[in-house]
Amino acid sequence: MKQIPVRRGRAAISLWLMFILVCGIIISRTQFTTDLSAFLPRSPTPEQQLLLEQIRDGLASRLILVGIEGADAPTRAELSRQIARRLRADPAFVSVNNGEPVNAERDRAFLFGNRYLLSPAVTPARFSVDGLHAALSDSIDLLASPAGLPVKSLLPRDPTGEMMQLLDQINSGTPPKMVDGAWASRDGARALMLMQTRASGADIDAQQRAMAAIRQAFDTVSGATPAARLVMTGPGVFSVNSRETIKSQVSRLAIISVVLIATLLLLIYRSFTALVLGFLPVISGALAAITAVSLGFGAVHGITLGFGTALIGEAVDYSIYLFVQSEQGDSDQQNWIKRFWPTIRLGVLTSIFGFASLLLSGFPGLAQLGLYSIAGLVAAATVTRFVLPHLLPANFRIHDVSAIGLVLFRLVQRAAALRWVVAILLLAACVILAGNRTSLWNDKISSLSPVSQADVTLDESLRADMGLPDVRYLVVVSGASREAVLRSSEQVSTILQTQVDQGELAGFESPSRYLPSTAMQRARQASLPSPAVLETRLAQAVQGLPVRAQLFTPFIADIAAARSQPLLQGVDLEQTSMAMAVDALLIQQDHHWSASLPLAAPKNASININRIRVALNDTGMPDVLLVDMKAESDRLYSGYLHEAILLSSGGLVAIIGLLLLVFRSPGRVVRIIAPLAAAVITVTAGLAVFGQQLIILHLVGMLLVVAVGSNYALFFDQAGRPLHPGVAKTADTRTIGHTISPRTLASMLFASLTTVAGFGLLSFSNVSILQAMGVTVAPGVILALIYSAIFARQPNA
Amino acid sequence: MMTLPCSPVFSLCVLWDMLVALALMLTPVIGYAAEWDIDQLMHGLAQTRSDHASFTEKKYIAMLEEPVESSGELFYTAPDYLEQRTLKPKPESMILDHETLVFERGRQKHNLQLQDYPELAAYIDSIRGTLAGDRKALERSYQLNLEGTIEHWTLQLLPVDKKMQAVVKHIRIAGVGYTVRSIEITQTDGDSSLMLIERMAAP
Repeated sequence: MKQIPVRRGRAAISLWLMFILVCGIIISRTQFTTDLSAFLPRSPTPEQQLLLEQIRDGLASRLILVGIEGADAPTRAELSRQIARRLRADPAFVSVNNGEPVNAERDRAFLFGNRYLLSPAVTPARFSVDGLHAALSDSIDLLASPAGLPVKSLLPRDPTGEMMQLLDQINSGTPPKMVDGAWASRDGARALMLMQTRASGADIDAQQRAMAAIRQAFDTVSGATPAARLVMTGPGVFSVNSRETIKSQVSRLAIISVVLIATLLLLIYRSFTALVLGFLPVISGALAAITAVSLGFGAVHGITLGFGTALIGEAVDYSIYLFVQSEQGDSDQQNWIKRFWPTIRLGVLTSIFGFASLLLSGFPGLAQLGLYSIAGLVAAATVTRFVLPHLLPANFRIHDVSAIGLVLFRLVQRAAALRWVVAILLLAACVILAGNRTSLWNDKISSLSPVSQADVTLDESLRADMGLPDVRYLVVVSGASREAVLRSSEQVSTILQTQVDQGELAGFESPSRYLPSTAMQRARQASLPSPAVLETRLAQAVQGLPVRAQLFTPFIADIAAARSQPLLQGVDLEQTSMAMAVDALLIQQDHHWSASLPLAAPKNASININRIRVALNDTGMPDVLLVDMKAESDRLYSGYLHEAILLSSGGLVAIIGLLLLVFRSPGRVVRIIAPLAAAVITVTAGLAVFGQQLIILHLVGMLLVVAVGSNYALFFDQAGRPLHPGVAKTADTRTIGHTISPRTLASMLFASLTTVAGFGLLSFSNVSILQAMGVTVAPGVILALIYSAIFARQPNA
Repeated sequence: MMTLPCSPVFSLCVLWDMLVALALMLTPVIGYAAEWDIDQLMHGLAQTRSDHASFTEKKYIAMLEEPVESSGELFYTAPDYLEQRTLKPKPESMILDHETLVFERGRQKHNLQLQDYPELAAYIDSIRGTLAGDRKALERSYQLNLEGTIEHWTLQLLPVDKKMQAVVKHIRIAGVGYTVRSIEITQTDGDSSLMLIERMAAP
């Protein structure tokens, strides 16, 4: 008789050990990520794709803004220059700007030497007699103007003013002011530097190395001035800091939550064996969950792990139920399996149905959480059911908790009296929710960011100091080759220039400005007349102007040279400031090229985006997209939010469907669902009262409240039913009528305490995503337990 | 596009000018004669809080067969705002506000930071520094030399910076009382310009 269970036990244990081993192998090869791309879409639209490319690889992603504070202005400027000197020699940085004119000479030489290939004014008409006359007349007028001083020396070589054309285009921004030879903030309180890393913003390791290099340079040169401080910001810095925050939070949360739950269990069990055995399902669950996510997504996100630490408190519930609800001895564990397992199995199923909805989310981050929960809970429950009973020593016993159970029992018997109080509370909650319904949800994507408010403020202040515009609108053209996108950029530039002339835009950037397409360069070369022709035309053009044609002999020579000069290639820009712009604006991905043309809004006005859109559409060019970065990212997120709300509702419907299918009694299902719904409503109203706007992760928290709470509701429900005929004879002797047993009550209290401990910890996290789950689940679970007790069917009812 | 910062309260500015002029008239003439030096001139010039004048400028450039002429108006508000609004030959304006220089010419508008154009900065500061009576600012770029009397003085500015010397030979600012009447700039290459300034009563 005894042989079969033992053999079955051995088989279960060896299967379990093998499973743990396989999980361990898979996890050891798993990649853990922390970037926010897990919270970006899986199948993006073209606009979203561009948004992501910009976030990952765009110029903005590679900028590090540096401020030097403290000490006095000359010291700060000196530090800035010394840091810059060191970092300019570091290949990790494409450019290090602090206002020093390091590239100015080279830039000027590049522009002047290539002015006839670069200037958009170079057309055949410009070099006709009339065109030359007009250009010369303009240049002479310019000489008369206060701005004429720098132009004078250029006149003999560049009488048509192409150099001024180019400088005009490039100097459209407003750089920070100079204090003691280096950039400084408007109030002069900090020195400013702007660096561009070679690595993309998505390469967090490289960003971290770049930050370390900056800090090291600062520490080296600032040795003598302890008063000076270094501050850094930028997308890469944010990613690095977020990763550090998530890493340290997750490991700290994991340790604290294990210690806390272990202490709690030790207090209850008063047995180390029970404690260790109780953690086996948890560990198995966590390993299974990480393995599942790793297999399903290729990588595990740090946030998922953080969430996992909270799930410890939930997975430990199953072993609590087993230990507390069963009497001592092997026979009673078999009894527990018969009596309580179906209820727990249903609870696990409800959780799976709830979380399965998250798997459908287009948000890989949410889908990861869903898969983690399902795999973790299933593994923990399975190990509790099939492995744990076989591992229990023959004389296994835990501390007798019947005293606590009896106290609870008496409380529960009186709980129904509170129904009116709860009804009033719920009514108030509904009123609060109705009153706050417009501001209930935060649909800004920034609400997910783990970046602290202090860092955001620093970023804003450094950006404002630097005069860096927040690029909101971008025109992006794509094509199969560099030449193709440069040509498209030129076409788009023509349209955008019209908008600039009409005052709709303050300006725009384009890679074709610094590196025109080969076709455009050829066309410009072809516009230049031969020396003989030019000489004749000049002689006619100077008539009526106070200059002699002989003055322009150097001009004729320069034109002759420009006609046959080699066309500009990408490499020609190296070592100039223009290379940085082209690098940033032209992105190559495999065999696909794209160019971005950021738009600048007119001063004190916003861009009439529809007008620009219409103008671009009129060209009929394919592969041209106008992207509103801000609207796009917010739309992206609010899309998710609505999707998640829909999916969660779907999850709730699935749970109700499941319960209906199992119980075939709508009344009973209502009785189970009501306390859970009430808990969710109360928590949501509470969050609204405390001014916390809901993000997606609050929603995940609510799903958890339903999943965890369903166990409680089911226990109360099961207790209110006639017992299974086969079990009735061996029922708990303290069971009074058909009410719930004190032992079950105690187990539920302990289970909810561990869950609250696990999730309560998350509430103190400063990572908004984790905090949101914590503040929802911890109070929600307690409320679900209390409401379940209050709404439970009364024995005499 | 452009608004004159002073314009809404222009009558007040003018009133202030008149008060300053009145105060000057009341000061004993002997007072200047005794201690007529750069400090005295600077102090007197610094009393002008805002000013409005017309100008004509002739530039003599060797490359050109004849001088180029321009004319327009000047606006000044102490100590950092100077606007030169050219009406002929082509309407354009140059506004210097603190460290930012804005050129507007036809449709084109350029923002320059003086820090990026040290020569231009020195040149413009010669005018602004004189109007503001800011001896310190002037002496950063020039060696000062005052000749004549309060009734007719000439302040000569010699650039001290090598780079500046390569462009500007000297600047001569002439005036009567505490009013600037002309600015003559002689460049190192021999080209020169002469700006005559006539104070205007009201805009």
